[in-house]
Amino acid sequence: MSKQIQVSGLDAYYGSHKAIEDVSMTIEPRSITAFIGPSGCGKSTFLRTLNRMHEVIPGARVDGKVLLDGEDLYAGTVEPVSVRRMIGMVFQRPNPFPTMSIYENVAAGLRLNGRVSKAQTDAIVEESLKGANLWNEVKDRLNKPGAGLSGGQQQRLCIARAIAVKPQVLLMDEPCSALDPISTLAIEDLMAKLKDEFTIVIVTHNMQQAARVSDRTAFFNLAEQGKPGKVIEMDETSRMFTNPSEKATEDYITGRFG
Amino acid sequence: MTAIQHISTSRRIKDRVVQGLVYLAFALAVVPLVSVLWLVISNGMSRFDVEFLTHSMNGIGARDVGGGAYHAIVGTLEQVLLASVISVPIGLFTAIYLVEYGNNGRLSRAISFFVDVMTGVPSVVAGLFVLAFWILFLGFSYSGWAGALALSILMMPTVVRSAEEMLRLVPVDLREASYALGVPKWRTILRVVLPTAFTGIVTGVMLAVARVAGETAPLLMTVFFTNSINNDPFTGPQMGLPLFVFDQAARPNDTAVDRAWTGALTLILIVMLLNLVARLIAWWRSPARGR
Amino acid sequence: MATNVRTRDGGPATSRSASRRSHGEGLFRFLATGAGVVLLAIMAAIAVFLIGEAIPALRANQANFFTELTWDPNGQQVFGIAALAFGTVLSSALALVIATPIAVGVALFISHYAPRKLAAPLGYLIDLLAAVPSVVYGLWGLAFLVPLIRTPSQWLNEHLGWFPLFAGEGAIGGKTMVAGSIVLAIMILPIIAAISREVFLQAPKMNEEAALALGATRWEMIRMAVLPFGRPGVISAAMLGLGRAMGETIAVALIFPATFDITFEILTPHANSIAANIANGFGEATQIGRGALIASGLVLFVITLLVNMGARLIINRRKEYARAGA
Repeated sequence: MSKQIQVSGLDAYYGSHKAIEDVSMTIEPRSITAFIGPSGCGKSTFLRTLNRMHEVIPGARVDGKVLLDGEDLYAGTVEPVSVRRMIGMVFQRPNPFPTMSIYENVAAGLRLNGRVSKAQTDAIVEESLKGANLWNEVKDRLNKPGAGLSGGQQQRLCIARAIAVKPQVLLMDEPCSALDPISTLAIEDLMAKLKDEFTIVIVTHNMQQAARVSDRTAFFNLAEQGKPGKVIEMDETSRMFTNPSEKATEDYITGRFG
Repeated sequence: MTAIQHISTSRRIKDRVVQGLVYLAFALAVVPLVSVLWLVISNGMSRFDVEFLTHSMNGIGARDVGGGAYHAIVGTLEQVLLASVISVPIGLFTAIYLVEYGNNGRLSRAISFFVDVMTGVPSVVAGLFVLAFWILFLGFSYSGWAGALALSILMMPTVVRSAEEMLRLVPVDLREASYALGVPKWRTILRVVLPTAFTGIVTGVMLAVARVAGETAPLLMTVFFTNSINNDPFTGPQMGLPLFVFDQAARPNDTAVDRAWTGALTLILIVMLLNLVARLIAWWRSPARGR
Repeated sequence: MATNVRTRDGGPATSRSASRRSHGEGLFRFLATGAGVVLLAIMAAIAVFLIGEAIPALRANQANFFTELTWDPNGQQVFGIAALAFGTVLSSALALVIATPIAVGVALFISHYAPRKLAAPLGYLIDLLAAVPSVVYGLWGLAFLVPLIRTPSQWLNEHLGWFPLFAGEGAIGGKTMVAGSIVLAIMILPIIAAISREVFLQAPKMNEEAALALGATRWEMIRMAVLPFGRPGVISAAMLGLGRAMGETIAVALIFPATFDITFEILTPHANSIAANIANGFGEATQIGRGALIASGLVLFVITLLVNMGARLIINRRKEYARAGA
């Protein structure tokens, strides 16, 4: 249920503007990989190229290769829809469907892929909500609107919705930036648990968070002002935060800029 | 482990079918527009001549060729102008009330709601109202002015809404800067708010004018009919261009129908011109707003 | 009412000191409030004067105004709204059934399917449909649409005549209910499309992305994140279109053959509406005749008022909901 991602020579554009240049990396299965770096350095853009969400924005396009266990996601015969089915995503702001109940939100992705029996759906919804550490809080009000939950609960609902379709990879784009510290802690605990099953990639502004949760970390930065973003350094998280090999990484981590 | 799965054929087909239907809907909507414009231009060109634009229908017999819509064009221009003179001040002041003085109180919400409802008043009802009030109750005769009264009722809600929208776009900072200088509120509105919103308001008024210039039904029972030129909108029946088209189209001979098409062409040209000018004004000021 | 407004006022210039409040301020406020009150007064006056001028004619009526089919106020003084009201409701309902799906399609095309750069100009093209005067649509319907649909009408009558709407004997096609309804549909399409387009564009981007990230196709994304959000807006847009279709006069006055009966056979030349009857009957109306037409106009005013108020209430409730959610 978990796959490796290999990226090589990837450029991403918005119209004629090149946002990231020549990114190559390997993301290991059953682990958490964190992307850190100053705002506007392209880490979120890069994350969105991994499940072909980047091209949803008008004028956006990608050059290069993204291999999921050796298979190119950008090959001509591959449809973005099936890529996203295998690589789930959690967004910066919790975005449950406002017109759907908690139950329907979790089941939303399931219903896309053909007929699933009521009993099966019930089972998967329960399993996913348990997986997202939300079951005990919502099991008595599954038919209430998802928008009625607190911010942290909504975000866990979105995680439940993403894992309900059983993806291979889970991408998280600053999932805690709109949440309070207690909710953040809940999500971080959840991530530690989910990495047994999924390959997890997280973009975060919070370096402590990267240090706490991730196994490997990639540091993104602009080559210089006005130039596209790129990966400066990628390494084991423990080594990166204690003994970075690049000066820029050290400056960023010690808070000298960014 | 399998490779990346393709989505099921039924999902793909459904997606494609919907896409096809959406494109089809757009094509279906454009067909009548093209057809109307094509017919109006091709049928209207044959009589679009100097005589049509400079002569009335005075003394033109049922089967005669010739004749024109000069009397109707003059009537329409005067009626629309008078309608603007009535509706623009009322509409503008109402918008000022809603934005600057209403404070979302009960009166302001009532006015706002009924302005919306007023947009839906059928044009024929506006005509009947002026007939009932101005002509039957107060005893005045059919005239261009009566037609202008009916048109102004149709213009008012459009003017209020567009002016309101423009006034709300004026930044609060600008007002506060003026208040800070000790300028009273009404002078601030007059000197700062209105000039800033001016072009936008003009655009809205032009679009409202374009809308009522094509109205026929309210004229039917307020300006009545005439075949001759009447330059005085305050006494006696007048003609209007939409009325001219309606009148000629309902006649059974081809010469009249030809005149109807040319009248329609003239009317569309006037309406489209007003629309175009309005859009140009809107477009011309848009860079200043940083869009 | 005025005192209520004054106490709620928070304008710095007026609250600073009473002495600074010049005559200009008072006059200006009076003009602004007065203009708003004038607008309310006009709405009330429309109702009052239509009722006032309708009463004498209704008193002179020899038949029941609400059940009588014929319309002869000038001669026999027998007239009723039944057939006309039926025609108004049927023609507008048909127009709505034709226009709404196409308008929703057009709105989705502009908001979610057309290439970004083309969306605005193509939307403007649809808006142009609304700029064509109704008398021109009448002329077009008479000269182009009526002959065009004669053969299809006959085909429908022949092959699907068992369906009540397509039934009928004798002359099929020509100046029919369906011809008028198609013209009405074209006229209300741009209104419904414009409002639907706005609500579809307001559908939260983050929900659209959530749907796509779950592996939804474009259509599935629209069904999950756009249509449920836009439904109240589309409903009220359709109601506004319905109100417009009911009040539309000149186009149908040229096309409808001015008959006075109640029939669902929309392919036969039997059709009329309140508004069309006013336009066609006004020229030769006597004093009672004008009163009768005003009475029918009053009925039209009340029906459209109810439809429009309903639509506005839905829109306003939705606005509050959207604000609370933001």
